[in-house]
Amino acid sequence: MSSEYLFAHKHILGLDHLSVPDIEHILNTAESFKEISGRSIKKVPVLRGKTVVTVFFEPSTRTRLSFDIAAKRMSADTFSISASTSSTTKGETLADTAKNIEAMMPDIIIMRHPSSGASNYLANRISTSVINAGDGTHEHPSQGLLDLMTVKEHKGKIKGLKVAIIGDISHSRVAHSDIIGFSKMGANVFVSGPATLIPKKIAHLGATVCRTIEEAVKNADVIMPLRIQKERQNDPLIPSFREYASFFGINRQILQIAKPDAIVMHPGPINRGVELTPDVADSFQSVILGQVTNGVAIRMALMYLVIGGA
Amino acid sequence: MTRLQAILLENGRIIDPVNRVDKKASLLIEKGKIKAIFTRRQKTSPLPKNLLSIDLQGKWIVPGLIDMHVHLREPGEEHKETIETGTRAAAAGGFTAVACMPNTNPVNDCQSVTRLILEKAENASARVYPVGAISKGLQGESLAEFGEMKKAGAVAVTDDGKPVADSQLMRRALEYSSNHNIMVISHSEDFSLSRNGAMNEGVVSTRMGLRGIPNLAEEVMVYRDLALAEYTGCPIHLAHISTQESIRLIRFAKQKGNPVTAETAPHYFSLTEEAVKDYDTNAKMNPPLRTQKDLEAVIKAISDGTIDVIATDHAPHSVLEKDIEFDQAANGIIGLETSVPLTLALFRKGYIDEARLVELLSANPAKILGVKGGSLSIGSDADIAVIDPEYRFVLHEKDIISKSKNSPFIGAQLQGRALLTICAGRITHNALSA
Ligand SMILES: [Zn+2]
Repeated sequence: MSSEYLFAHKHILGLDHLSVPDIEHILNTAESFKEISGRSIKKVPVLRGKTVVTVFFEPSTRTRLSFDIAAKRMSADTFSISASTSSTTKGETLADTAKNIEAMMPDIIIMRHPSSGASNYLANRISTSVINAGDGTHEHPSQGLLDLMTVKEHKGKIKGLKVAIIGDISHSRVAHSDIIGFSKMGANVFVSGPATLIPKKIAHLGATVCRTIEEAVKNADVIMPLRIQKERQNDPLIPSFREYASFFGINRQILQIAKPDAIVMHPGPINRGVELTPDVADSFQSVILGQVTNGVAIRMALMYLVIGGA
Repeated sequence: MTRLQAILLENGRIIDPVNRVDKKASLLIEKGKIKAIFTRRQKTSPLPKNLLSIDLQGKWIVPGLIDMHVHLREPGEEHKETIETGTRAAAAGGFTAVACMPNTNPVNDCQSVTRLILEKAENASARVYPVGAISKGLQGESLAEFGEMKKAGAVAVTDDGKPVADSQLMRRALEYSSNHNIMVISHSEDFSLSRNGAMNEGVVSTRMGLRGIPNLAEEVMVYRDLALAEYTGCPIHLAHISTQESIRLIRFAKQKGNPVTAETAPHYFSLTEEAVKDYDTNAKMNPPLRTQKDLEAVIKAISDGTIDVIATDHAPHSVLEKDIEFDQAANGIIGLETSVPLTLALFRKGYIDEARLVELLSANPAKILGVKGGSLSIGSDADIAVIDPEYRFVLHEKDIISKSKNSPFIGAQLQGRALLTICAGRITHNALSA
């Protein structure tokens, strides 16, 4: 990194707003933090005296736990708020929630929310740093970054790789962040899935749309099946999980047309037998657990950087 | 709000396309009527006493503007707007009449609600023309009482805010409207294609992770409505047209001689979907802001006559409905106070001339609804707007008269405004002294 480079983001709302040097800097910072998680005493004092609040308007165990561990490893005080957004329960508005949290004077707010743009809304109204932990079907930047980190770790680079993302692209904020992130970093991103779940204009984000999964996976370096949500069964979007699994599921045969050293990733949690067969999920090519480990490092890096770490 | 015996608007430029007039002249108002129009040389009969004389120094004197698509929110949602505040906003924008949509609470689907609105409007700052519902309770199931509502003062019927999804019901509405000579206004939207959509479906919605509303949702229904009008031979007016293909369909229907009229709103020729960037809920409305190609098609349709009317779809919402998550926020923006400068921008760019501007904002809506106004004929009610096309200003939230402030034009540099509005000889807005 050149010496003039300065990480200038107060908020992390999406990969759309980050430049290539920003992303490289985050990945490098995360790599240096990763070492801490391997120590016997897994704690550094970089966020001592700082307060991190996680506000989740959607249930999540993994992401929340990952942010929580990341904050604690850096010695921050962490608090979490669970909120409900059910429009039927007349709860407080997001504006009120924001003001209340801000009154507690935290240094970083980590928010997950079912509405796209909710993190932008918060960032526009309060002075605390906001890290988007997933907003609607918009972005999930820490997941996109940990995916980039995992690929870079296994392949030594990102540029020029073929990345195949399979499944429900329309409703996946992970897919959006990954498409933006991987194409920004020079990878060739291919998407495939039921056409009912592929946005008409997804090519504008940098992805090539394939009609069949075979086209997308052929000679791929990275294969990423997305979680197919249970509710989709009742939508008119796919006929059944069984049909989905047989045409868009990742199994041994499909894996054979990818590069021999292709890696399989998944944002979790997995519907085994639907988007991914159990033997593939547990194979040597699967780096799914590595993603989880890197998630902590990325989130440490993000918190460190938004409050002004170099 | 002074009621004077007589007002003399001196040295103005009279623009009255209905009477094919565009000349420098003075206009005399007496007892609420237009008494005389005369040039400097044609000195008229002795001027009355108690005369308020205003030198306009060449500003435009046009027929009072008529907005045929306004949501006044009363009864039921008075925290957003009332007949009183909405008509004051109208007067400030140069309007002397507004047609108010029936999606109030209770819905204006029977004569008693129509009467209630008209009673409340007795001392309003503009004429209020209630528009009744097509279907009872806007439920899309059975016809409302067109005849009784018309008798009570309704000027048209619509289920605006919602489409009439059932094509058979829409056919029956058109047929039945012919008995009562009442205009049917369609909010053309195929709800199955637009449901839960928050903005235009396209590149921006994909990037922002927002559910899209494709152009198709409007066009499919515009086609249906045009086909029904052709089949029944009954007139139809299409509200808030926003897409290129809708315009092509309307143009074709008009070429075939079908009794079709259409309106668009200033935001569809002033903004594109890009305005939604950063999740600005003041850029959220239905139909949504479209693309540059649609915007250009709308402008062309305004200049070639495919679109007959510019109406604002004035849709006030308070911060309770707007200062929230984008996908949860209500659809709609206010428009009464920005229609004149936004429409004048089309004039300045040469897309329309002065006469066409007056047709779009006054003469055509009067003709379509069959109401007073739209011209400066001698002896008619003195409904007049004086427009200063040059005045430059930045729109500040504090200067908005409407009870709600949900405008995407706050902070924008605008040019042109209503200087004076006179409704039935009464001054309802006066920015001359300011
Ligand atoms: Zn409408």
